[in-house]
Amino acid sequence: MAGPVMINTADSVVVYRRRRNVELAMILVAQVIGLAGYALTHLNLDGTLPPEMLSVTMVWVGLGLALHIAVRWRAPYADPLLLPCALLLNGVGLAMIHRIDLIPDPPRHDVLTQLIWTGLGMALAVVTIVVVRDHRPLQAYTYTLFLLGLVLMMLPLVPGLGVELNGARVWIRIWRFSFQPAEAAKFVMTIAFASYLVDKRDALAVAGPRFLGLTFPRPRDLAPLGVMLALAMTVLVTQKDLGMSMLFFGLFVVMLYVSTERPAWLVLGGLSFAGAAFLAASLFHHVQVRIDAWLHPFQNYDQNLQIISAQFGYAWGGLLGRGWGLGRPGLTPLAKSDFIAAALGEELGITGLMALIMVYALFAFRGLRTALAARDDFSTLLATGLSFLFALQVFLIIGGVTRLTPMTGLTTPFMSHGGSSMVVNWMIVGLLLVISHQVRRPVAAPTELTLADDSTQLIAVPTAEVRP
Amino acid sequence: MNKPIRRIAVLTMALFVALLLNASQIVVFQQDSLNTNPQNRRVRDEQFGGHRGSIVAGKTTLAVSDATPQGSQFAYQRSYPQGDLYAPVTGYFSYDRGSTGLESAYSAELAGTSNSLFVRRLVDTVTGRSPQGATVETTLDPKAQQAAAQALGHQQGAVVAMDAETGAVLAMVSSPSYDPTTLSGTDIKSAGEAYGTLLQDPDSPLTNRAAGEIYPPGSTFKLVTAAAALENGMQPSTLVDTPAKLTLPGTKTQLPNETQCGDGQQTLDRALQLSCNTAFANVAIKLGDNALRQQAEKFGWNFQLGDVGGVAARFPANPDPAQTGLSGIGQYDVASNPLHMAMVSAAIANDGKLMTPYVVQTVRAADLTALSTTKPKELSQAMSAANAQQLQGMMVNVVNSGTGTSAQINGVRVGGKTGTAQTTADKPPYAWFTAFAEKNNRKIAVAVFVESANVPRSEVGGNVVAAPIAKSVIQALL
Repeated sequence: MAGPVMINTADSVVVYRRRRNVELAMILVAQVIGLAGYALTHLNLDGTLPPEMLSVTMVWVGLGLALHIAVRWRAPYADPLLLPCALLLNGVGLAMIHRIDLIPDPPRHDVLTQLIWTGLGMALAVVTIVVVRDHRPLQAYTYTLFLLGLVLMMLPLVPGLGVELNGARVWIRIWRFSFQPAEAAKFVMTIAFASYLVDKRDALAVAGPRFLGLTFPRPRDLAPLGVMLALAMTVLVTQKDLGMSMLFFGLFVVMLYVSTERPAWLVLGGLSFAGAAFLAASLFHHVQVRIDAWLHPFQNYDQNLQIISAQFGYAWGGLLGRGWGLGRPGLTPLAKSDFIAAALGEELGITGLMALIMVYALFAFRGLRTALAARDDFSTLLATGLSFLFALQVFLIIGGVTRLTPMTGLTTPFMSHGGSSMVVNWMIVGLLLVISHQVRRPVAAPTELTLADDSTQLIAVPTAEVRP
Repeated sequence: MNKPIRRIAVLTMALFVALLLNASQIVVFQQDSLNTNPQNRRVRDEQFGGHRGSIVAGKTTLAVSDATPQGSQFAYQRSYPQGDLYAPVTGYFSYDRGSTGLESAYSAELAGTSNSLFVRRLVDTVTGRSPQGATVETTLDPKAQQAAAQALGHQQGAVVAMDAETGAVLAMVSSPSYDPTTLSGTDIKSAGEAYGTLLQDPDSPLTNRAAGEIYPPGSTFKLVTAAAALENGMQPSTLVDTPAKLTLPGTKTQLPNETQCGDGQQTLDRALQLSCNTAFANVAIKLGDNALRQQAEKFGWNFQLGDVGGVAARFPANPDPAQTGLSGIGQYDVASNPLHMAMVSAAIANDGKLMTPYVVQTVRAADLTALSTTKPKELSQAMSAANAQQLQGMMVNVVNSGTGTSAQINGVRVGGKTGTAQTTADKPPYAWFTAFAEKNNRKIAVAVFVESANVPRSEVGGNVVAAPIAKSVIQALL
């Protein structure tokens, strides 16, 4: 892969360009796309621009600019594409939620709470950029973070706090707001995994008994990790949260592979996933239902109404879509949350959906690129983990809605209606911005103290080449 | 750690490529089947609320789409100006109970979505004009339709009239009927309730008695037996054993005559005039079931007029001689309907040549160009021209001096055959009359069926109840 990585080699030094003006231009383009969706919805439905067009534009552009300024001020070397991608997806998502709000009579105002959550998420991203500034100290809190993640995951099981929705007990409700703590847990756990693996990667990779041609880690190195994973999976399985279990498992296997550089982990992970999936499919009724809905949805119209309606929406939208406001996404239950990709496909067409998938891909690849550029293992592993987590979640949810995979009930990052996902995704953006800033920032060249610098020298020695 | 990261990047790319490929295949391979799925509400709503072309008969409008007030859920609403009268042909166009009749058979043309309208649709899309459906022009003659309905009155039954030389259906009435407007309304709830009421009505008004059901045709089937007899070498003057009571072969069942046929022999011609059961049972037994079945099939027994949900008529598959005898007089397991009985008369009147019945003459696009026009087509040669002309003479005799005297019309050559079919002992018999009429080189055929004829159980049912209805229709047409 192209890309200057090594710095301070014998005779070349790479200095990344900041590209902040490019970022600003792209932020504006990305925001125009979301605002255009908002305007087109009203133009198509009422024939006029929305009455709040001006104020909405000012708020939305203002939020984008605030983020940009924070980056310019405290993380000037951060990757210039991450923010525009996130803002594009978030803007289109908000416009679509507003569009779906307009279907019932009188219209709903769910987009307002979504905008508040978005603002909160952005604020946390700014806090990450401005206050945290460096992600590396997080490495010191391996077990604390892990415990925090576990507690978060178990919150929905607390009586009186957790609520069961759509067959999965993954929500907590405080006052009027419901929150999916597993969303936050996946973020916290990724950091915990990364820091643990950095600590133990050599021990995991090298020491240990050989079995079937594979070198296995010593139990005492693997045990803490195994316990972490086992606990996390148990909690998720008891909550019937299929999507989140798959996400955790995939993340764990990939991070283990990256840190140990042993492909055997991928094979082992793949095999145990297949085994677990088979077991789950034959043991749990709700898993069978999901698999039936995936393979033969049309055999049970009433039960699989949602996924069938999503497919009808795609066919109705066709290649170019019905246009903003002109489709009927409201026919699909949960069009604002789990099935927002169906609403987008119906109104923007398969072309529009594919464009959005490309933006997701771009975001994930910028994250992976940051991982490649990183100089220390923790940054590498953390950036890889966050990027892959993001990509896998997009794959599982959009794949579920388009019937590539069984429906797993995850949120669509930056788009689905829901606060927890929005806030956590913005925190991921913040953290990736910080990592990429730290990674791409020119390192102050270590000035080797040579005898030539010594003012007390008696005999002048030839001056060393000065590096920029 | 860069090597594993690059591999993970490739894996990630594979995930996204899989998403993109899968999204494309939905449009490429699944779009059509998903859009034609009857459970697809998006397509159904658009079709239901969209503009549909009219269904007309001459200058009479049978079905039309009217624009609804601004802000309604659906842009257009279907209405049927003389709904009850034309319901057997137009059918209804409902939101969630499907559609029937021409509304169903010509749905794509009416909605403007058929392939034949593709270019116009493209032009409409480019010019920003809202697409218009095509008009379906039927072959119905409003005068005959009205006359038939009026003559039938409140009786349960049906009438079919057709042009014997082309096969064009001129009248198709079924009674009791229903108003398709009540089922096609945009108030989906009340339309659903109306449908439920009609469905539970013991008189089954939704049934198309003219072509969509089959009933025992009784003595009118003797025309088919007579045709088979002529085709197998008999003459109108051939004497046939006509005992007062015929013991059916292999049984102890005695078949009586319903009319005064004596107890000896009758010519085939006279036996038809008097509608002698024993004579035709004997002819049928002699010819055998295969000859009868073949003759029935030549008269279009297997034909189905799909445009109005028509069904085929029926002749038993493996009758024994006794059953063949009963079949020869239109009892046992023989079943037909007014359309098929009109086809029998039409083929006889048209010198043996049976024309394919049709109800749609022309499908015309909004710019008045004809998208398709039905050309008369021969369905089969039911019998030789000579035999057909002999049978015409026999049918004329039925009307002039036989059981069908009620159908006589001054100045018109009318030939017919009555029928009274027993169903069960506790139900009144079915009264039938099928006829052809000829005047000024125009030949038409009519069949009348009255389900609950309020007459004594005798052969006169057809003449008293059904023949006058046929007469009114003939007078309206000629």
